[in-house]
Amino acid sequence: MAEANGPVADDLPQALPDAPRRNRLPFVWILPVLVIIIAAVVVVQQKLDQGPSIDINFESADGIEANKTKIRYKDVDIGDVTDIHVSKDRKQVVVTARIHNDASDYLVEDTRFWVVRPRFAGGNVSGLATLVSGAYISVDVGHSTVKRRTFDGLEVPPIVTSDLPGREFVLHADDIGSLSVGSGVYYRHIVAGQVVAYSLDPSGKSVTIKVFIDKPYDAFVTTGTRFWQASGIDMSIDSDGVKLRTESLSSILEGGIAFQSLPNGSPNAPAAPVDTVFQLFVDRERAMRPADTEVRSFVMYFKGSLRGLSVGAPVELRGIAIGEVKSLSVEYDPEAGDLRFPVQVDIYPQRIRGRARRGDHPLGMDDSSDTAGRTLLDSLVAHGMRAELKTGSLLTGQKFVALDFHTEVPPDHVGWNAEPPVFPTTTGALDEIQDSVGSIAKKLDKVPFDQMTARLMTTMATLDDTLKKADSLIGHFDGNTLPQITATLTEAQGAMENAKEVLNQNSPLQTDLNSTLLELSRAAKSVSALVDYLERHPESLLRGKPKDPP
Amino acid sequence: MTGLVTGRALGLRVCAHCRATVRAPGTAPCLCPRCGGRVHVRKPNSLATTAALLATAAFLYIPANLLPVMHMRTFFDVEDDTILSGVLTLIQEGEWPLALLVFVASIVVPLLKILALTWLLLSVYRGWGGNIRGRSKLFRLVEYIGRWSMLDVFAISLLVALVQISALATIQVGLGALAFGAVVVLTMLAAQSFDERLLWDTGDRG
Repeated sequence: MAEANGPVADDLPQALPDAPRRNRLPFVWILPVLVIIIAAVVVVQQKLDQGPSIDINFESADGIEANKTKIRYKDVDIGDVTDIHVSKDRKQVVVTARIHNDASDYLVEDTRFWVVRPRFAGGNVSGLATLVSGAYISVDVGHSTVKRRTFDGLEVPPIVTSDLPGREFVLHADDIGSLSVGSGVYYRHIVAGQVVAYSLDPSGKSVTIKVFIDKPYDAFVTTGTRFWQASGIDMSIDSDGVKLRTESLSSILEGGIAFQSLPNGSPNAPAAPVDTVFQLFVDRERAMRPADTEVRSFVMYFKGSLRGLSVGAPVELRGIAIGEVKSLSVEYDPEAGDLRFPVQVDIYPQRIRGRARRGDHPLGMDDSSDTAGRTLLDSLVAHGMRAELKTGSLLTGQKFVALDFHTEVPPDHVGWNAEPPVFPTTTGALDEIQDSVGSIAKKLDKVPFDQMTARLMTTMATLDDTLKKADSLIGHFDGNTLPQITATLTEAQGAMENAKEVLNQNSPLQTDLNSTLLELSRAAKSVSALVDYLERHPESLLRGKPKDPP
Repeated sequence: MTGLVTGRALGLRVCAHCRATVRAPGTAPCLCPRCGGRVHVRKPNSLATTAALLATAAFLYIPANLLPVMHMRTFFDVEDDTILSGVLTLIQEGEWPLALLVFVASIVVPLLKILALTWLLLSVYRGWGGNIRGRSKLFRLVEYIGRWSMLDVFAISLLVALVQISALATIQVGLGALAFGAVVVLTMLAAQSFDERLLWDTGDRG
């Protein structure tokens, strides 16, 4: 075998010698080492990335699923729900979530969590995408620096997230009206913000409302801005008739607040700082009313009924509201010995002064001093200015106090001696009508209805007698005359029947008459023939009839 | 084995590059006189290289099965699929044959390859005798089957390329796919670097 193969093996070429190489660990062993290092790095990185685990308490876990629901901030995933369980007291659901490490800074004291689900509230529809994608937990990162790991989740999304540009203001009102959290705040009918929160004051007598005004509009909230309720439909019935006011359709549904600066306010009023407190007025009219700092009270005694006049009714000077009725009361007038009904009114001279044209104040309308005002008022009253009650609206019958100039009024003056001063009044047109109607009634009153009635009674009695007599007369007639008439009629009937018999065609008289008439007719014919003959033969009267020829 | 003469016993070596048979008694390093390449009696460091590749593959087999191979984001849902969860999904949908195919190709075969190679390595290292012919057949099977294990990777790369409707659904490759691909490639390399003749060497020795 060795021999057979020997020559073959010997023929093969000799291999060239190579430099000996160190027998080292093969290079390939670096691979597992590298892989293990990479794996270790990945694992460590993941551990570091995993970040903190937090607990969020919700009332229900509706729509939340472990290992599926995400925690999102500005729609970016910052964590995952890892576990959901019911709290030990069984009142809440505790959602455990792992937050990515780079988002661990978000977990501060005032960070808020809420579940984003489809919502239909008021005019807003939100979270529609979650209908198909499933709910997720959204985050509003707070500004605090205090770290926190357990949170109470919100049941409704917060109205204003902390990163929303804008400012918050505080309003005070007597009542909340139809406002609720989320109600719109309107600026010139533009939705400019929302009601964020409201609370009853500790005194229980007013409410504090927090509103958030969005970025561009918050610049219009100045120190001179007025806020008023634009809630729902505001219906008022006063001497101006029925008024319906509303801000927008959604404010009808959810209520709202409107704000605007005073029309005559300074345009350069400084922007109000955050959390400035404003008064929330009941309506626009009241909000826009200039502050009535100067008040003059007067008392007016009206002759007519005060029905329809209510506290708060306007006092108008030729249609311009310059004051309002403050009180209606009753007092005993010892001089006249009867009751008087003083109407106390407040007049705001600034309202008149504010409308006065510049340089047009001969009587010192610009002068707010007491004496100047008195002089002016005295002059006006001397020229016939009187207060009268007028019906503002025939529909509602509401009345107001109208100041106007009357030419035909007895001279009067302002009773400055009384406190408050007495303002002269006159009866209004309607009152005059009432008076004249009254006088007509009085005249009617003088008519002697009693006597007239008595006389009427006697007349009636006489008439009664007369009628009775007529009755007996008729009875007499009935008893005696009537039978005779009946007998006469019966006889007449008999006579008529006889006549009928006589006139009957078959009666003998008729027959006789017929034959007599026939005879008479014949006789007439004979006479006619005779006359005819005599005419032709008049001689026959003398000679007689000639003998017939044979 | 009697009656068979090995090249090593005659002092002959075969050039791995140009297949020339040259005389080179002993174990001294030599060069091929024809092509100038190194000629070795056996593949150098075969066991160590194979062991290293195999160890890496075995290590990567763990993340390949634990990490998601596919990251699917649809309009409704975000889904991470591992190989096993993909198989389970297929079973749930009643695709039994497909599930079986994926299971065998992607889970069983790589595992068996790793185990088989480990056993072969150990048998050479420890010099186990016995059924060498069977082991040799097993090795050839492992080498043959290796190329079919990339089924999953192939399917995922297809899906990733096809499903990119960004608004509705996107599919991204997960880390698991990377690890899985590495397992397949590494086991193939391990099988390649294993010198089958070593099996018989021990047999001869035994």
